[in-house]
Amino acid sequence: MARTVWDSTVGKKTVMAVSGLIMLLYLVTHMIGNLKIYFGAGEFNAYGHWLRTVGEPFMHYEWTLWLIRVVLVVAVVAHAVSAFQLSRRDIKARPSKYVHKKPRASYATRTMRWGGIILGLFIVWHVLDLTTGTVHSGGFQEGHPYQNIVDTFSTWYGNAIYIVAMLALGLHIRHGFWSAAQTLGAGSRTRDRALKTVANVLALLLTAGFTAVPVGVMTGVVS
Amino acid sequence: MTAEYVNYATGEPVVDTKAPSGPVNERWDKRRFEAKLVNPANRRKHTVIVVGTGLAGGSAGATLAEQGYHVVQFCYQDSPRRAHSIAAQGGINAAKNYRNDGDSIHRLFYDTVKGGDFRARESNVHRLAQISVEIIDQCVAQGVPFAREYGGLLDTRSFGGVQVSRTFYARGQTGQQLLLGAYQALSRQIAAGNIEMHPRTEMLDLIVVDGRARGIVARDLITGKIDTYFADAVVLASGGYGNVFYLSTNAMNSNATAVWRAHRRGAYFANPCFTQIHPTCIPRTGDHQSKLTLMSESLRNDGRIWVPKARGDDRPANKIPEDERDYYLERIYPSFGNLVPRDIASRAAKNVCDEGRGVGPGGQGVYLDFADAIKRMGRGAVEAKYGNLFDMYQRITDEDPYEVPMRIYPAVHYTMGGLWVDYDLQTTIPGLFAIGEANFSDHGANRLGASALMQGLADGYFVLPATINDYLARNPHHEAVTDEHPAVQEVLAETEDRLNLLLSVDGDRTPDSFHREVGELMWEFCGMARTDSGLRKALERIPQIREEFWRRIKVPGTGEEFNQSLEKANRVVDYLELAELMCLDALHRSESCGGHFREESQTPDGEAARRDEEFAYAAAWEFTETGAAPVLHKEDLVFEYVHPTQRSYA
Amino acid sequence: MKLTLRVWRQKNADADGAMSTYEVDGISSDMSFLEMLDTLNEELILKGEDPVAFDHDCREGICGACSLVINGDAHGPERTTTCQLHMRSFKDGDTIDIEPWRASAFPVIKDLVVDRSAFDRIIQAGGYITAPTGAAPEAHATPVPKPDADFAFEHAECIGCGACVAACPNGAAMLFTSAKINHLNVLPQGAPERETRVLDMVAQMDDEGFGGCTLTGECATACPKGIPLMSITGMNKEWLRATRKVKR
Repeated sequence: MARTVWDSTVGKKTVMAVSGLIMLLYLVTHMIGNLKIYFGAGEFNAYGHWLRTVGEPFMHYEWTLWLIRVVLVVAVVAHAVSAFQLSRRDIKARPSKYVHKKPRASYATRTMRWGGIILGLFIVWHVLDLTTGTVHSGGFQEGHPYQNIVDTFSTWYGNAIYIVAMLALGLHIRHGFWSAAQTLGAGSRTRDRALKTVANVLALLLTAGFTAVPVGVMTGVVS
Repeated sequence: MTAEYVNYATGEPVVDTKAPSGPVNERWDKRRFEAKLVNPANRRKHTVIVVGTGLAGGSAGATLAEQGYHVVQFCYQDSPRRAHSIAAQGGINAAKNYRNDGDSIHRLFYDTVKGGDFRARESNVHRLAQISVEIIDQCVAQGVPFAREYGGLLDTRSFGGVQVSRTFYARGQTGQQLLLGAYQALSRQIAAGNIEMHPRTEMLDLIVVDGRARGIVARDLITGKIDTYFADAVVLASGGYGNVFYLSTNAMNSNATAVWRAHRRGAYFANPCFTQIHPTCIPRTGDHQSKLTLMSESLRNDGRIWVPKARGDDRPANKIPEDERDYYLERIYPSFGNLVPRDIASRAAKNVCDEGRGVGPGGQGVYLDFADAIKRMGRGAVEAKYGNLFDMYQRITDEDPYEVPMRIYPAVHYTMGGLWVDYDLQTTIPGLFAIGEANFSDHGANRLGASALMQGLADGYFVLPATINDYLARNPHHEAVTDEHPAVQEVLAETEDRLNLLLSVDGDRTPDSFHREVGELMWEFCGMARTDSGLRKALERIPQIREEFWRRIKVPGTGEEFNQSLEKANRVVDYLELAELMCLDALHRSESCGGHFREESQTPDGEAARRDEEFAYAAAWEFTETGAAPVLHKEDLVFEYVHPTQRSYA
Repeated sequence: MKLTLRVWRQKNADADGAMSTYEVDGISSDMSFLEMLDTLNEELILKGEDPVAFDHDCREGICGACSLVINGDAHGPERTTTCQLHMRSFKDGDTIDIEPWRASAFPVIKDLVVDRSAFDRIIQAGGYITAPTGAAPEAHATPVPKPDADFAFEHAECIGCGACVAACPNGAAMLFTSAKINHLNVLPQGAPERETRVLDMVAQMDDEGFGGCTLTGECATACPKGIPLMSITGMNKEWLRATRKVKR
């Protein structure tokens, strides 16, 4: 069964859809958590600490967080590997281009591949910046996410990278969510409009919600 | 006209030795019981060649393979799914009597014999009517999405020439759906390895060894390679020859080569002049026209046909008041009205146009008006029933048939004539069978609407698979034929010579120009109305065109490549011979019947006048040589159940 | 009208191809697109040049043989088949680019003619209902609800022309494959082979080298028969259902 799924184009798309939805779910909670930054350093840092103690006493310190991280890494890798293999296959299936070229498909669709690569690079930077602090611009302090965030968004390139990535995210979700629904067979003629609306709303909310943080720092509301 | 060509000799009558005697409704059972069977274990040792993958060929190939025979099948198209049966629109008849409207096998039998103007064989037609009910069952089981009613049961509609509703349909695409059903059954057998399928391969000649059909010569249309294929029996399901007329509703590449080459090798050709001119086609727009498009006859269920009462009335249709319109079919044939058989509707349209009352460019058209239907049923209902046909009409003519009436005009559509076959569908060459439109058997002088699909599938699914057993069982141990056999060498050499000659003339006229020339000649003199003098004119002209063809034809390229001009030119060679036989047949049959209307033979009110005492026979012609008179063999038609009367649809 | 045609010419499968330019004059707006090409070919033959090879047969929009990409659109600017496209869709002086279907699963045979036998093999893999002749029950034994029959018909309308593949940026055959699966799987007669059909057909589709679906919708836009994009969703659903039900 697993072989059938992985060997098939439809199966690989299913892997992409499921992994994408897992990441989407994570992003929604991540965004809600991020917005707590507007309630001040105390509450935000406490929230950061709570993330590590979720599930206690059943779970040990940071176990839940690591579990989530493992699931996310698996999802990202599965999503990227399927995307890479499918793209390679797609390019091979259409080796020569038409001489008469014309603009095709919507912006979001065309940018799925490039958007995906941008988001992949962003995730690496984002982890190195705010999780490990490896490339952090200020003095990275473990356990003080509020200050770390303010530091990141006090640089022009921190804002630029983040905002560009969030716009890419919006476009990616806009087509990706609807696509995932089709891949999983959840679409139908009667449901199509609703699905497209949900995809648009999700894309808009996530982009706005995430972008609210650098905007807060830039405008001085968060400092 | 070479004087000797019209001075044909009459040979021995041809007799259908396979049709059993006895009550007509028991004959098919009797024949099936008397036919010898091939042991299932031995079937795979028999190879059967099937040429064509339309309704007849597709269903025959699939069924023979299911029975265990090794089938080698050919089509010139790139896929078996594209055979021209796919373009049939209206529906398929079956005597199911689901409507409880008085239908029965006997009534379908009666309607078909009468509709064919008493020139079909009773035993064949009765068998067709019997099998019709099984066809519907078979197609439904295959997943053919017939139109259904809200209760989930099959819907039917009525068609020309009958007063019951027995036509099953799938919107305006019944042929497509039935063909895809057969194609899918065929595909299943190809995947199972029981059928060796050769698409883009065209039969160019028949191989006859020791008086039996043992194979074909065919050309791979991609590489140009000419090859031989051998078998224990050959089945031709290559369709009709309407393309002789250049403009017809046939597909561009439908051709007569397979049947004509078989005829030249000894198979009799029966009733070649019986061609059907379909009344509801879209009129031509100019000289560039390459083919004509049919609008399903089902449109006559709700559309009303009319022309202006006054000749030369060039007002737009909507500006002509009701009392200045002549709904001529309703006027002349009050009980059948717009649903008279095709030959009658076509001729009536020709008559009003000849009177100068035709509409549209050149006055070659009549109106098919849906204004009343839209008023009665509402636009939505009309759209649901005929939407795709209306769209097609609008695309071609750029006129909106919901707003202005359609313009229609008759066009060549189907050929009732074809290779002569016996009750077993075997031609006069043992081991050569002809099914579907390629044979002559079931429609007499005129085919009723929705009967072609019925006949194609009856032949392919049920008749041939039952009767071919008998031939194969009685001729079990053929010696293998190889390329070295002198008969094979001869056919191969002839084929290669013909193609080489076409390529080497290097003249100044294209294959199309000759096709168009002979087509226009046929339409003028061997079309809807024929006369002795006209036919003689055509018979004089055809050998001249043929002579000119071999002097002036130009075919670019070589034979060892994909060469569509060469394909075309080779088909035109055969049209130029077949056209001559059609004219001769039309000339010799000086009566009018069905689709064959001789102006000399009509009733006082202009209807076709049959002359049963002289012409109640099928004319089967035997080939002698190119341009030389063929020999006529008559098969007398006996009517025990449906007694010939002058058809009346008034 | 007078037109400039730029046509893809390729001697055979192995040769390199290129666009060649031709002028045609005296084209009537009532002509079909293929009749316009007939006009060009008649001239080429008389000049002793090789006429442009293209697939065509019924010229009624139903056989699915015609297959030209016109100005970058499969079957040209109108939503119909190439043979039903008329010259009134163009204007005097236009330059028209004519190319073959392009996909690695559809190799060019000559000029504008491509090999679409991959479609036949997809059908052979399972696009049928096993119903040997003679084994059928009475047609009314199993009623089919009208909405299901209509749904089946809408998908059965596919003419197998390949415009979906030609239009798809990934050269995917999902719309073609899904049309047949939806047609047969919704019918009660198709139920016994419902799972194997979708698994086998999708596997064959992949083996033929078609790309995957990224739901750009180009296929459904190009489809002359209006097979909806949602057809692919239906196939995905059937496929997922089948992977759960069938142990392989």
